Amino acid sequence: MPQIKKFLYVNRKAPHGSIYALESLEVVLVGAAFDQDVSLAFIDDGVYQLMLNQNTNGIGVKNFSPTYRALSDYDINQIYVEKESLELRGLKQEDLLPLTWEDEDEDWAEKDSIQVVSSEELGDIIDKQDIIFNF
Amino acid sequence: MSVLHIINKSPFEKNSLDTCLRLAKKGSAILLIEDAIYAAQKNTAVADKIIAAVARHSVFALAPDLDARGIDESTVVDGISLVDYEGFVRLATEYHAVQSWL
Repeated sequence: MPQIKKFLYVNRKAPHGSIYALESLEVVLVGAAFDQDVSLAFIDDGVYQLMLNQNTNGIGVKNFSPTYRALSDYDINQIYVEKESLELRGLKQEDLLPLTWEDEDEDWAEKDSIQVVSSEELGDIIDKQDIIFNF
Repeated sequence: MSVLHIINKSPFEKNSLDTCLRLAKKGSAILLIEDAIYAAQKNTAVADKIIAAVARHSVFALAPDLDARGIDESTVVDGISLVDYEGFVRLATEYHAVQSWL
């Protein structure tokens, strides 16, 4: 059994002005098949990827934001959002998708997947990773 | 006659908004599209710049780009007018030139 590694995907781009956000999500979902310890970080304009109520009908591109809700089905439930990035943009956690997962160790209790963390906490999280992908 | 300035980059990632605001003459128009619409929101670190801009310019934002990004119209800075694609085209014809700050 190969050793499980800690994978972190760092997302720093807004969702629809470039292809980075969608490509990141695709890679995360492909990578989910390998049963690793996966975390996602949303920093700078990356926090906009998780905005609630995105409706892309008017600009003719795919709205991939509902797909973030599927991450918990792939056991991806460590989603870190940098508090400082939210504050700079006048946003609160309530402005973001209510992503949750069910903890089988606690009788399937529903828990938030998103954790708003300070720069310092996120720095520590980055420090503990084995492999880091940037988008 | 004056110029329609178009910005399409996030004010948190690129300096297009700053450069535009530095160089755009009073009375010229500014249209925020794509990732630049994040500049139109209240309570951000750049909101003061846009509030100041509204006093000097006609400022517009492209509504379909707000909708796509989940930015509610009620959170847009007062004085910014929302336009659709038809309004975008109309603005382009009303001003004597268009400057896109890529």
